[in-house]
Amino acid sequence: MEFLTQMLGADVARMVVGLIAIIALVSVNALFLIWMERKVAAHMQLRPGPMEVGWHGAVQTVADAVKLMGKELITPTDVDRPVYHLAPIVIFLPVLLSFLVIPFSQTLIIRDMNVGVLLILAFASLTVLAILMAGWASNNKYSVLGAIRSVAQTVAYEIPLLITLMSPILMVGSFSLADIVAAQERYWFVLTQPLAFILYIVCATAETNRAPFDLPEAESELVAGFHTEYSGMKFGLFFLAEYTNMFIVSALATIFFLGGWRGPFLPGIFWFLIKVYAIIFLLMWFRWTFPRVRFDQLITFAWKILIPLAFANLLITALIMKLR
Amino acid sequence: MEKKTGEPLISFGLLTEALNLARANSLWPMTFGLACCAIEMMAAGMARFDMDRFGAGVFRPSPRQCDLMIVAGTISKKMGPPLVRLYEQMAAPKWVIALGNCAISGGPFYYPDQYAIIPGADLIIPVDVYVPGCPPRPEGLLESILVLEEKITKRGRLRKFRNVKG
Ligand code: SF4
Repeated sequence: MEFLTQMLGADVARMVVGLIAIIALVSVNALFLIWMERKVAAHMQLRPGPMEVGWHGAVQTVADAVKLMGKELITPTDVDRPVYHLAPIVIFLPVLLSFLVIPFSQTLIIRDMNVGVLLILAFASLTVLAILMAGWASNNKYSVLGAIRSVAQTVAYEIPLLITLMSPILMVGSFSLADIVAAQERYWFVLTQPLAFILYIVCATAETNRAPFDLPEAESELVAGFHTEYSGMKFGLFFLAEYTNMFIVSALATIFFLGGWRGPFLPGIFWFLIKVYAIIFLLMWFRWTFPRVRFDQLITFAWKILIPLAFANLLITALIMKLR
Repeated sequence: MEKKTGEPLISFGLLTEALNLARANSLWPMTFGLACCAIEMMAAGMARFDMDRFGAGVFRPSPRQCDLMIVAGTISKKMGPPLVRLYEQMAAPKWVIALGNCAISGGPFYYPDQYAIIPGADLIIPVDVYVPGCPPRPEGLLESILVLEEKITKRGRLRKFRNVKG
């Protein structure tokens, strides 16, 4: 640490250490989340889920990951090679960078930027590009269809997502995530912005392409959607990105509506993780209890219901802020 | 240089064993059924028998992402070529379980001079484990997965069935 600091300067050293920590967190988190997803799914369907590989299947996902690394990487003949190889990297990098601005506790934040929210949302929209790249480059009709659906869906749901987040931002008057947590000293924003919270959760489910909005990979119609042609660890990266994205949207929900790392007794980081995993559990609950929606329902829902509601919420918030 | 068949020239020892252990414990089957035996395969994946206990419950729809092809049912002449194609699309290492009499030898549909079915999956693709029965019970499929694990790790039985309240 000392050596690094001397060589690179304090700020860069902090970034390097932070990035390494993030990569560790992302991998462990994804391993844990996939296990959790399988257990939650299993128990909702009245079956035990992974049981035999480790205690209650605890090392199941480790086995899966090792296996995926040992699998053959297939490059089909007619793919667009550079784009095909680039897509899994493009989907994973922005996800990684989003962690830079997330305040895990009062002190545990790599870089508090005054445009933190915008940074995360901008990186989140890069995911669409990666999905489009993957779908297009695979030269497979199911992949292209999955990618197109995903783009239509993500573009539609990004608008209400941004607008709903604007309401708490308006109340705080800052884009910095640390400021937003600091502003929830007395009460959580979920109490003053319940509608925004619900809208955000709906949009976040759609943004991460999870059921009931998982049309991009609806397996009964599109095989596996945009990653149909990917095998081995390339497919693993898509998986990893999906679960990390879940973590990020839940972290945002925690920061914006549930008071971030605030909580009694335990240190901040624990409260943060507890809240994040509670929201992730909610998302999983959705996935295993709701049937998949139709595509026209999906888009209509975004444009006709979510966006007007988000605007109304923003207007009312602005009005109240003005009159107070 | 003389080389016994099946013995690799260079052995990576521990690494191979670790990989094999991981592979044996995460056999993702393909969402792929041909006839009535597929119903038993679905039953094996559902709540009562739950293949997911052994890490084999992640049914992947894309052949690129699965390790295990369960040939569950009658292979008609028309289905033969797609079956081979699906097998070829799977990423190595890959394994095949022939589930039911039809996939083993044509089952009740086989008679001399018949023209409609391929009597046995092993005529067109390599099969690792055969599960007899018409249809085999889901326990049969679970057992075949355990046998396949044995085959992959080249060790004795790693685990036994446990009583799971269903
Ligand atoms: S073995 Fe029997 S149950 Fe299975 S596919 Fe053939 S006829 Fe159907």
